[in-house]
Amino acid sequence: MSNEATLHSQQEVMHGAGAHDHHDHEHHDSFISKYVFSMDHKMIAKQFLITGIIWAIIGAFFSVLFRLQLGYPDATFPWLESILGHWAKGGRITPEAYYALVTMHGTILVFFVLTAGLSGTFSNLLIPLQVGARDMASPFMNCLSYWFFFLASMVMMASLFVQTGPASGGWTMYPPLSALGDASIGSKIGVDLWLTSMALFVVSQLLGGLNYISTILNMRTKGMSMTKMPLTIWSFFFTAVLGVLSFPVLLSGFILLLMDRHAGTSFYLSDIFIAGKALANEGGSAILYQHLFWFLGHPEVYIIILPAMGMVSEVLAISSRKPIFGYLAMIGSLFAICILAFLVWAHHMFVTGLNPFLGAFFVLLTLLIAVPSAIKVFNWITTIWKGNIRFTPASLFSIGFVSTFISGGLTGIWLGNSSIDIHLHDTYFVIAHFHIVMGVSAFFGMFAGIYHWFPKMYGRFMNNTLGYIHFWVTLIGAYLIFWPMHYEGMAGMPRRYFDYSTWASFNQFEGLNQFISFVVILVFATQLLFVFNFFYSIFKGRKMTTQNPWKATSLEWTTPIHAGHGNWPGEIPEVHRWAYDYSKDGRDFIPQTEPLGPNESAH
Amino acid sequence: MQRKKIHPHKYSLWIAMGSITMMFIGFTSAYVVKRSQANWLAFELPHIFWLSTAVILLSSVTIHLALKQFKERNMQRYKQLITLTAFLGVVFAVCQWLGFSQMKSEGLPLSGPVSASFIYVIVGVHILHVLGGVVALLVMFFRAYRTRVRSYSAVPIEVAATYWHFVDILWIYLLVFLSIAR
Repeated sequence: MSNEATLHSQQEVMHGAGAHDHHDHEHHDSFISKYVFSMDHKMIAKQFLITGIIWAIIGAFFSVLFRLQLGYPDATFPWLESILGHWAKGGRITPEAYYALVTMHGTILVFFVLTAGLSGTFSNLLIPLQVGARDMASPFMNCLSYWFFFLASMVMMASLFVQTGPASGGWTMYPPLSALGDASIGSKIGVDLWLTSMALFVVSQLLGGLNYISTILNMRTKGMSMTKMPLTIWSFFFTAVLGVLSFPVLLSGFILLLMDRHAGTSFYLSDIFIAGKALANEGGSAILYQHLFWFLGHPEVYIIILPAMGMVSEVLAISSRKPIFGYLAMIGSLFAICILAFLVWAHHMFVTGLNPFLGAFFVLLTLLIAVPSAIKVFNWITTIWKGNIRFTPASLFSIGFVSTFISGGLTGIWLGNSSIDIHLHDTYFVIAHFHIVMGVSAFFGMFAGIYHWFPKMYGRFMNNTLGYIHFWVTLIGAYLIFWPMHYEGMAGMPRRYFDYSTWASFNQFEGLNQFISFVVILVFATQLLFVFNFFYSIFKGRKMTTQNPWKATSLEWTTPIHAGHGNWPGEIPEVHRWAYDYSKDGRDFIPQTEPLGPNESAH
Repeated sequence: MQRKKIHPHKYSLWIAMGSITMMFIGFTSAYVVKRSQANWLAFELPHIFWLSTAVILLSSVTIHLALKQFKERNMQRYKQLITLTAFLGVVFAVCQWLGFSQMKSEGLPLSGPVSASFIYVIVGVHILHVLGGVVALLVMFFRAYRTRVRSYSAVPIEVAATYWHFVDILWIYLLVFLSIAR
């Protein structure tokens, strides 16, 4: 049988990558090879997820700390001094600490949680399981990808504890603040550690991305043509392509920045005075960095949101027992978003002195993104339309994703206009926009994925009641936090300020800021509830008794409840149909492995 | 019937090469942007870069021959040829380095004008990629001496050879680019 050949070639691949000698069955793995330096994609996915959860707690806790300052600028919290030491003398966060917290919150959430924690987890878990492969194209590189991420995490974590504090010039690390150690206390070794950590992070992302792409293109099981793949796989594929093409450009920007810091070059520096003294640097351009950064930075937001989109598509179809609406349109719009992602970076730079004529093109291309996004939203809504919806926590979070993606996306149309952007740039309007459309939405996609595939990962279910509480508090809380920020932004309240109380025009927001900070604390506590639910359920959750608890069609549910390395004990099943045959011909669902009946037509 | 599939490792390599290319596109487009601004100092590239070009072209020939010898199982010749290739790779790196010291002696240090800094960074990062290839060849070399596990698969050497040709072509691109866009 031809499957034999596929099987054989995969074993050879695993062999070549330095894995064990035989792969037909599970054998005695040591603790180290099973849980630490594991080459099993399922274990690597869990490693990414748990590391991501730890980072998310830290990153979110930082936001609680700086929201305390923003909501209660005059209050003192003595307990702050006991955890932050001289960064919170007398129980009040210092301006330096505030900037460090804001910068680290952004860095951690954007890169370590929503990039590595999200696509790292689910690409690893789902790609081999859903395309029908025993493991990734190169399990060794996959393992390396996690450990580079771990190293990056360690370096970033270390930077939190150095005496001058972590990098604090904003998560975008714009020069000259980031290029000159004397510019501020947060520009010293913290920035070097930040750049080192991010370089390691880029390596991790590239190793992972290469693997995802070649696994999807090369290692699909028999019958799994590209157009039979679940939309999750399509979204992971485009995510990986974006990452592989844009992260190297970011790295080159970082290398130039590092040279400016330590080798005396002037790529980004020109005509700078520090403490009244002129620096020798001449001929550099700080804007150059912004171009290089945002050439990654914009695709990066799609790297964050595409996996969430894919998982939401999958969960919505399963929980409404209907085929996904417009499967090919979904793929087409993912592709369109990918192309446009590379052509809109300058909309982050409308007020840098960009030629307005050039700006007009970027406005047009930016607004074009509304088209594929609207197609996706339409398709999600029509998928659940008149569906027999099962309101599991996963499906609620998916519906929540659609909601936040719409409300956050609409404000993107405002910001994408270069003329409105002159007023709104760098205000709380921007904060509200991107937190709703990529922060909250991506988290909702991630939560949907975790609740939905938790049984596949651990063979147990998460607690539903806690899940419902988690969903409703998070959804309502997210809107209560970010909706008012739109008004603050329209009033012109700038972001990244430590204290607004001396600014008469924003005194009207005093109560609003307190309210936002209060909700932040509440929502943060609810996330801890989720973390508790997650870890408790790993050990004590309700046990899974059937292979396919959600009655889904895709291949991952044909594996045993506790699948070993290699996923399927026997042969890899063959695929005969697409992944969305729900409520077809009077049947609730038809697995992908079932051949088409004599009178049946493919989708 | 089985579809003729390209080996996943080769596939990954092609994607990796695309990724590395993007990095150098990042550098060279930064160079183009910077060049169009004021205070750009044009100068001639060190002449030794032409010698290093010849060296790396020659090394592409030797690794091609090495691959051929491997497929014919002439392991002795194969080992000699990959050693020679790795050696030429090191010679290339040394030549580039000599080019750097020549620039320095002409008053164009790393911390000098931006146009010179770009040369150091771009050529420097390229050297690192060549040295990465040298390390890969050393691994292949020691693998060829293993007696316990004998490998008949040409995939690893094919992957290494493709990568080697890639850094070669990348250098030609950089040389042409840096000579024209001065």
